[in-house]
Amino acid sequence: MSALNAPPAAAPLRTGDGAVPRSRARGWRGILTHWPQYLAIAPFYVLFLVFGLFPIVFSIVLSFTDWDGMGDIHFAGLSQYVYLVQDSRFWNAVANTFIIWILSTVPMLFLALVIAFLLHQNIRFRGIYRVAFFLPNVTSMVAMAIVFGSVFSDTFGIVNSALTALHLDSVPWLSSSWGIKVTIAVMVIWRFTGYNAIIYLAGLQSIPTDLYDAAKTDGASTWQIFTRVTIPLLRPIILFTVITSTVGGLSLFTEPQVLLGDAGGNGEAGMTIVLYQYNQAFTQFDFGYGSAIAWALFVLASVFAIINWRLLSERSETPRRPRTRRTR
Amino acid sequence: MTAAEPTHRPTAPTSSGSTASPSPSPTSSTPPRARRARRTRADRAAIARSRLEAVLTHLLVILGVLLSVFAFYWLAVMSTSTSAEIFGYPPKLTFGSHFAENLRHLTSSIDIVSALVNTIVVAGACAVLVMFFDSLAAFAFAKFDFPGKNVLFVVMIATFLIPGSLSLVPSFILMSEIGWVGTLQALIVPGAANAFGIFLLRQMAASAIPNELIESARIDGAGFFSTYWRIGVPMLRGGLAFLGIFTFITAWNDYVWPLIVLVDPGRQTLQTALQNLNSLYLTDYGMVMTGALVSVLPLIGVFIIGSRHFIANIAAGALKG
Repeated sequence: MSALNAPPAAAPLRTGDGAVPRSRARGWRGILTHWPQYLAIAPFYVLFLVFGLFPIVFSIVLSFTDWDGMGDIHFAGLSQYVYLVQDSRFWNAVANTFIIWILSTVPMLFLALVIAFLLHQNIRFRGIYRVAFFLPNVTSMVAMAIVFGSVFSDTFGIVNSALTALHLDSVPWLSSSWGIKVTIAVMVIWRFTGYNAIIYLAGLQSIPTDLYDAAKTDGASTWQIFTRVTIPLLRPIILFTVITSTVGGLSLFTEPQVLLGDAGGNGEAGMTIVLYQYNQAFTQFDFGYGSAIAWALFVLASVFAIINWRLLSERSETPRRPRTRRTR
Repeated sequence: MTAAEPTHRPTAPTSSGSTASPSPSPTSSTPPRARRARRTRADRAAIARSRLEAVLTHLLVILGVLLSVFAFYWLAVMSTSTSAEIFGYPPKLTFGSHFAENLRHLTSSIDIVSALVNTIVVAGACAVLVMFFDSLAAFAFAKFDFPGKNVLFVVMIATFLIPGSLSLVPSFILMSEIGWVGTLQALIVPGAANAFGIFLLRQMAASAIPNELIESARIDGAGFFSTYWRIGVPMLRGGLAFLGIFTFITAWNDYVWPLIVLVDPGRQTLQTALQNLNSLYLTDYGMVMTGALVSVLPLIGVFIIGSRHFIANIAAGALKG
């Protein structure tokens, strides 16, 4: 398999050399003879160096300055981070992000499981249902945030119209603190339930059917099969979706920005971390503080990733032990 | 994706076989007539129950589909209505007759056509470049050995973990230093090759392209690039189609980065133009909704054409991850 492009004449030349020069010659000649492969992979690394690594290093530097994009760069030491720790608007954004994340992720993953379970019942038109459930995931969130803004409008939205028709009090969805968070969570649920359901469905299809048949012949009800067979076997995939939902939830931006504007709505109730970063960096032109917020988000995301990873490795180990014991 | 296909295919025959299995074996000693009667009664009950379950399943699924599709229907209804109809109570749930009027207002308020063209250019260019660069790199990683390959591959995977929001500010500064602020190449070039696509195609190439084919191409005297073009590209067609559609949709919907970089109101993508429309003409709801419809419809078309490939690949990617 190795050195497919190496000219055959190179091999006898190499064997004639001594040990140390040979290895060095092999290294350099190896690199030279493989120039097409290096050329093939080069675009990614060049683009990453210029548009990925350089900005990241630069943003560390920026977070220690108070630059506004004009004039000279003044170093400000740790003052941006000191300010960040004391900034109640930042901590409000952190709290909002986590509240919206919980409000959206828990119902979303539960609904996705139910939908996947229903679609797995070998029902007709499954292909059409899959497309319909996946459709929200591929549509532009700007357009749909505008639609949801009208659906949940305090004065003329159809949700409040329906509540009025049922003689219930209308809810100030877009002006109260909880209304704003629930509306954003509903948008996230609407957009990602189908996506997660498709992933769960693929997971269900990889579970051998004789496990279900065995449970059925033992007289298990549909609910028992769902909780005792399906969920335990899907655990790794459920954790995958929890991780992707965490990454998406922490970087929530489009929904609140389009729905509520750059200020995050009444009392900044819809201000998320990335929206606050955008607000500080690109409406206040505080590049230094914007970079500090970005790094704070990175630290938060890393802590979350470590917690997820811990849960993943713990949970996948516990069920394995009794199983191996039983087989022995 | 090739691995997922065969695993779900057999579900149909095995489960239909299982419904037949509970019928009693003929070795039992009960009189034949009584046995037959009991069996039919039990069967009838089982059939009734499974019918009921099927109906309930369909009802629940259809309810879910209605919830996920209703937003699109409502968007279409609003884009055909006047603002007065939208603001009225009780709300009118059927299509209006003002679509042409809304569209006329839209085209006279913002340059929606140039926003549409810009979006097609950006999404199309991103898709083509990503398909080309990612498959080239994936082919080299999957089918050739070269010094440093493993380290380079691990470094590439590690770049996955870097969140995009980390570099928003410095990327904007970089763009302004090289004079790309307000240009479309600022949206195209940075994402012209990505770790996701290289990883995906590498996994496919490793299993889909037999080593013997590469070997025989080498014996025929074909170099790396002609082997890539004549063997790699045709054999990765399925994966390339998925990656192309995926990249096109992602680039079409991209919002944060265009919002920051496209400072010139005369050069916008559909998403940023729509946001401008939404904040400037808040009272003309019918027109804003028509703009939203224009930004959503082409993508729904692309998705439905490619939905088969698309959904299978998304799911397979998650299973591997």
